Amino acid sequence: MIRAEGLTKDYGLRRALDNLSFEATKGEIVGFLGPNGAGKTTTMRILTGFMPPTSGKATVAGYDVIEQSLEVRKRVGYLPESVPVYPEMSVFDYLKFMADLRRVPKAEDRVDAVLELVHLEDRSDGYIANLSKGMRQRLGIAQALLHEPEVLILDEPTIGLDPAQIIEVRNLIRDLGRERTVLLSTHILSEAQQVCNRVLIINKGRIVVEDTPERLQARLMGAQRVIVQLGGDSDGAEQVIAAAPGVTRVSSSPNGGLEFETQAGVEARPEVARLLVNAGYDLHELRPLGLSLEEIFLQLTRDEPAPPEMDETGDFEEISEVA
Amino acid sequence: MRNIWIIANREYNLYFASPVAYMVMFVIYLVLGIFFYLNIDYAILAQYAPGVQIVLAPLATLLLLAIPALTTRLLAEEQRLGTIELLLTAPIRDWELIIGKWLGAFLLVLTILVFTLIYPLVLNNLVDPGLDQGLVISGYLGLVLLSAAFVAVGVFISSLFSNQIAAFATTMGALIFLWWVVGPIAQVLGETSAVGQFFSFIDLSDQLFSNFLSGMVELKDVVFSLSLTTLALFGATMVLDVRRWR
Repeated sequence: MIRAEGLTKDYGLRRALDNLSFEATKGEIVGFLGPNGAGKTTTMRILTGFMPPTSGKATVAGYDVIEQSLEVRKRVGYLPESVPVYPEMSVFDYLKFMADLRRVPKAEDRVDAVLELVHLEDRSDGYIANLSKGMRQRLGIAQALLHEPEVLILDEPTIGLDPAQIIEVRNLIRDLGRERTVLLSTHILSEAQQVCNRVLIINKGRIVVEDTPERLQARLMGAQRVIVQLGGDSDGAEQVIAAAPGVTRVSSSPNGGLEFETQAGVEARPEVARLLVNAGYDLHELRPLGLSLEEIFLQLTRDEPAPPEMDETGDFEEISEVA
Repeated sequence: MRNIWIIANREYNLYFASPVAYMVMFVIYLVLGIFFYLNIDYAILAQYAPGVQIVLAPLATLLLLAIPALTTRLLAEEQRLGTIELLLTAPIRDWELIIGKWLGAFLLVLTILVFTLIYPLVLNNLVDPGLDQGLVISGYLGLVLLSAAFVAVGVFISSLFSNQIAAFATTMGALIFLWWVVGPIAQVLGETSAVGQFFSFIDLSDQLFSNFLSGMVELKDVVFSLSLTTLALFGATMVLDVRRWR
């Protein structure tokens, strides 16, 4: 449904996207994860036909985003990052306008239906100016759903929502993702973990890692960290643990107790347990510490210099050059 | 066509959802009424029968001043709010968007013009043997063509800005230049210089509109005002296109 091949986008001297390729199929929810300015919004703007790439090619729902832009736009529901709504219009009029532009049959009924979906039905006659940020965000999502698009592209869909609404929107996205292709961007890692079937970590315009959230976590868990809690005296336990095959490093844990790391793929826990018990220590706990997606993310993106600042609107104009 | 109409319809209705349309209409009708009264008063004193130009001449100036207030929002506001991203990813073509925006504002100007028809009707009863109908028709035709061009210039300039005040000031400056400045420049340069002839040709008030006011509907004037409209709308479409590619 979405296929990007070698997308590159330059803003003047700054390269926002660098030869980015990925694919997303029907029934898949793909998460774009990355720090601000990584190129998430730029990619989405290219896929929605808002702007063309400098080079590369992309097809959405089988249509080329440059050559058949109108066909693509008919089939894509898009929530831009800036949540574009007209404050001086009423909620209903706004959605009716968008539905008309998209030639939605029985527009009024459909507007009522999407309002119910995002729980804004009681605000139908109110002016958008009087809506809270979270409500505007939901209205933006409603707008993207009007024409029941095959492909949904949501730029930071849960930003500005309160925790209950976040859960609701995530559930909504999961539902929608069953019969559609959903591409969403986020910088909240737990969100990607909960909602997406596949995560693309993107940094400085390149895809750093692409995998399922579970496998991603497992991949960097290869080198395991284990916490050891001992009852009573623990003098000399470090040497005992270090003697076990596969243990690479022993240190005292910041949470009390000891901590050791193993070589990738080696399960050292049974041997460590045996050695400790044989040496007469009281073993209370032996607990593996998985690296959280947060840690993986930081590991993957930290060794590179911080990306240049981008303002909130995603407007790149101010950035004149990057050395 | 339907896309154009959807955009135009929203713009037209939006004018009445804010004080803009009411304020502009109020000021235009108030000032026009005062001028009308004074002109009639003066005509009675000076013992002559006034023509329709006592309505149309001040009306043209009022429109020139009012149109920037009506057009400045059209695209500048979309660019400030970010809603332009929504429109440019909706399945409509850039030129449909531009023409829709233009049409919405143009229809409002036409609405304003329709209500001013009451003055020629009143005047028709005041003067003997009534007004020259031809002059009324050609005068209004001139106003409609002028408004179309003014609104198009406003749309073009609005597309260049995301700041409404900048768009307003620039539109006002451009219209004032075309209306009041071009003529004197042409006179100073004289008929013999090519530049002078060019300025004389694009002089909207002394050439184009005074021709219509005096009942002369010349093809070159019609073509010129329609060309200016088309050129400005084409320019606005190009601006949108360039923004996509930058």
